[in-house]
Amino acid sequence: MVLPINNDHQRFRKIVKGKIRDDLRKFLTRGELIGREGKKYISIPVSGIDSPHFRYGDNNDGGVGKGDGQPGDTVGQPGDQGPGGEQEGKHILEVDISLDELADILGEDLQLPRIQPKGKHSITSERDRYTGIRQTGPESLRHFKRTFRRALRRQIMTGQYNPDRPKIYFERRDKIYRSWKTVLSPQSNAVIIYMMDVSGSMGDEQKELVRLEAFWIDAWLRRNYQGIESRYIVHDVRAGEVDRETFFHIREDGGTRISSAYKLAHEVISRAYSPSEWNVYLFHFSDGDNSSESDSRECCSLLTEQLVPALNMFGYCQVASAYGSGNFINVLHEHMAKEEAVITSRVNTKDDIYDSLKTFFTPGR
Amino acid sequence: MNKPLSKAIAEQVEIIAEHARREGLDFYPTIFEMLTAEQMSEFAAYGGFPKRYPHWRFGMSFEKLRKQHKYGLGKIYEMVINNNPCYAYLLNDNLLVDHKTVIAHVYGHCDFFKNNYWFSQTNRRMMDEMANHATRIRRFSERHGLERVERYIDTILSLENLIDPHSVFMRRDHEDALPGQAISKDPSAPTRYPAKSYMDRYINPPDQMSSERAENKDRQAKAQVSFPSSPVRDILLFLIQNAPLEDWEADILAMIREEAYYFAPQGQTKIMNEGWASYWHSTIMTNYVLQDHEVVDYCDHHSGTLATSPGQLNPYKLGIELLRDIEFRWNTGRYGPEFDACEDMEARRHWGKEKAPKHRVVGQDSPGRRKIYEVRALYNDVNFLDEYLTPEFVDQQKLYHYRQDPQTGRMVVVNRDFETIKRQMLFMLTNHAQPFLYVLDGNYRNRGELYLGHRHTGADLEIKYAVATLKELHRIWKRPVHLHARIDDDHILFSYDGEQSTQQHIDENIDKPSHMV
Repeated sequence: MVLPINNDHQRFRKIVKGKIRDDLRKFLTRGELIGREGKKYISIPVSGIDSPHFRYGDNNDGGVGKGDGQPGDTVGQPGDQGPGGEQEGKHILEVDISLDELADILGEDLQLPRIQPKGKHSITSERDRYTGIRQTGPESLRHFKRTFRRALRRQIMTGQYNPDRPKIYFERRDKIYRSWKTVLSPQSNAVIIYMMDVSGSMGDEQKELVRLEAFWIDAWLRRNYQGIESRYIVHDVRAGEVDRETFFHIREDGGTRISSAYKLAHEVISRAYSPSEWNVYLFHFSDGDNSSESDSRECCSLLTEQLVPALNMFGYCQVASAYGSGNFINVLHEHMAKEEAVITSRVNTKDDIYDSLKTFFTPGR
Repeated sequence: MNKPLSKAIAEQVEIIAEHARREGLDFYPTIFEMLTAEQMSEFAAYGGFPKRYPHWRFGMSFEKLRKQHKYGLGKIYEMVINNNPCYAYLLNDNLLVDHKTVIAHVYGHCDFFKNNYWFSQTNRRMMDEMANHATRIRRFSERHGLERVERYIDTILSLENLIDPHSVFMRRDHEDALPGQAISKDPSAPTRYPAKSYMDRYINPPDQMSSERAENKDRQAKAQVSFPSSPVRDILLFLIQNAPLEDWEADILAMIREEAYYFAPQGQTKIMNEGWASYWHSTIMTNYVLQDHEVVDYCDHHSGTLATSPGQLNPYKLGIELLRDIEFRWNTGRYGPEFDACEDMEARRHWGKEKAPKHRVVGQDSPGRRKIYEVRALYNDVNFLDEYLTPEFVDQQKLYHYRQDPQTGRMVVVNRDFETIKRQMLFMLTNHAQPFLYVLDGNYRNRGELYLGHRHTGADLEIKYAVATLKELHRIWKRPVHLHARIDDDHILFSYDGEQSTQQHIDENIDKPSHMV
């Protein structure tokens, strides 16, 4: 039954999404959303949805409470209340919204085109789903409840059932088994490989920027692909693959040799992600302070010859740092200008994330 | 739409109604319906009515309620509509003992709706009326566009509290002067008292008459310049009559004003109404219908409903305790000058104990019961507490006054002083905790601008909200709007002229409105 409230509820959701869209820049810079990653829904505090009223401020004279206590004792928070209470809550509303919806809002607001997966719709995955029942099958798939019911029915009908000593025996004809159907679903897979420079010049502030940017990249790509994997690579002069947790918290210092990471990325791709089956996304975050000119040149040749042909996109994101030249982005501009799949952006503060995301995903690859 | 009540519950409804009648409750016919949790959230979002006009606000409360229920943070046990017949809803996943409690509770509410004076002017066909409003507003949405109508309703809803809950009990001069109504009286006629002709010049002395006539003329001349002729508290009505609205806009405004008036007495009698209903569910359950095996569940849920958390008063608890206190005091004769004058604490403590009824009281069979029946008919929360809150009661209930400690920012107990507590409680209840606002001038500076004033009763207005609400008001009035408010002992004039909001300190240079608060 469709409840009449559904229309009003839809309207409300629409207004909430509008609010989130209005404040999207603010949300893009909020670190606390990220902590909830992995859950399907996240709660977003949305303010200013209720209509304003003429009302009293909070500067009044306290209130009246009930219970023990001497003057000067602390009273419990007025927020928590008994079940009988009917006080109006705070004026900030927490709204549950799914990550997909959030990504849609992001896409709409940044006017991002939906990503067209490379022509691989033919890839299908097989999954078994238990949808029906049948009379034969392995004992491990016996549907106990149905079998029991049939046996019970049979015994009652034949008069064998004794309510005082209810013992139910299964016969072969009682037995019911689960049966499955194989579902084929077209799938476009994608892998995101994040690489980060963890040399001494990358501080906590820079890493926070990377974290935020990576979260939103993740959200958007996840919206566009059914199956997505993430790999994480950190590097200073050497590169190594790490898990997500380490990626964002590792502390290293030392110099920078970017080519090391690119080599490792190439290795990872050729080992596990054949370009004919996978949409591969490579993102590199660095402060752009590479150790030598020659290494930068090596990076460029690695990119053109090995990486770019296998990729949907290579995104290079340079965060501002107090140290170093930050020259790598210029090198890329110089040598990779004609490569469409290479996109660069600079993120100096949290506010730049918005534009950076827009730069990365506007081509729609 | 809903399944009929199960036989067991229908039976209980009959039995409990019978007990309620025997106890003297007098209610409209009451129709119970069984709802699922989802439906309950829906009905609650609509304020209990099955049909309301389309608006996202209902969707918002629906989401909140549904979430609350889902996470087990709050369950709506009962809902009852002031209507003839009364409608009440039961939640289908409750235990039978809960249903019984709710049914008894509902009869308490129904009796209160029917007999409390403050409800006497409410529309008892509100169910139909709400459905009519819904249809009309839907029709407007189809004609003028959903978004436009919804935006307009947003505006009205932010002004919804600008009504005068007492006005339904009065005749006001602007109502007398509705267009089309001829004013037959001589407007400046002095007050004449009826008298025999030979006594007339003593009872209505001619020189007094002529001076009064002159005075009246003078006042009228002034009133003609000032508009409105006196400060208006029913600002919504003032807007309906005077704002440049299209017909559909005026119609919606009138409908929402009507709904606000319908809900007002429920806000005015929250403590009494819940107290009364709890008093009766407790009496009926414990005296008649509770079965042995249900006692634990009943006690658990009853005490849950009446639980008080620190820093917040539970109207159910306060109401039932105060009613019981009144019943006890009137049973033992602890009222009147003799008792008040008695200063011997020991004597007060044992006052009239021998008079207390020794047997179970049914209906109005004791002075205490007669008194609380009288209280439920005549009082609202404000005068209920004003009249019946006693130092003994405050002490017994362990009430205290708390406020924020400016140093630590925490809420701390200040004291247990009776006067302070009472003043604080009355302040929280006066005008349903809404600020008093008046139209002071509808033609401010002779430019058709609207000038509102806030009557300061101890607390300042929230500035941010006031400024935002003024903007909404401007959408209706369409000429500059002003609000005179006292903030930190300073008189400030907030204005919005359609483009920008300004605030200025009120001094000699600012034009005066027709009236002052």
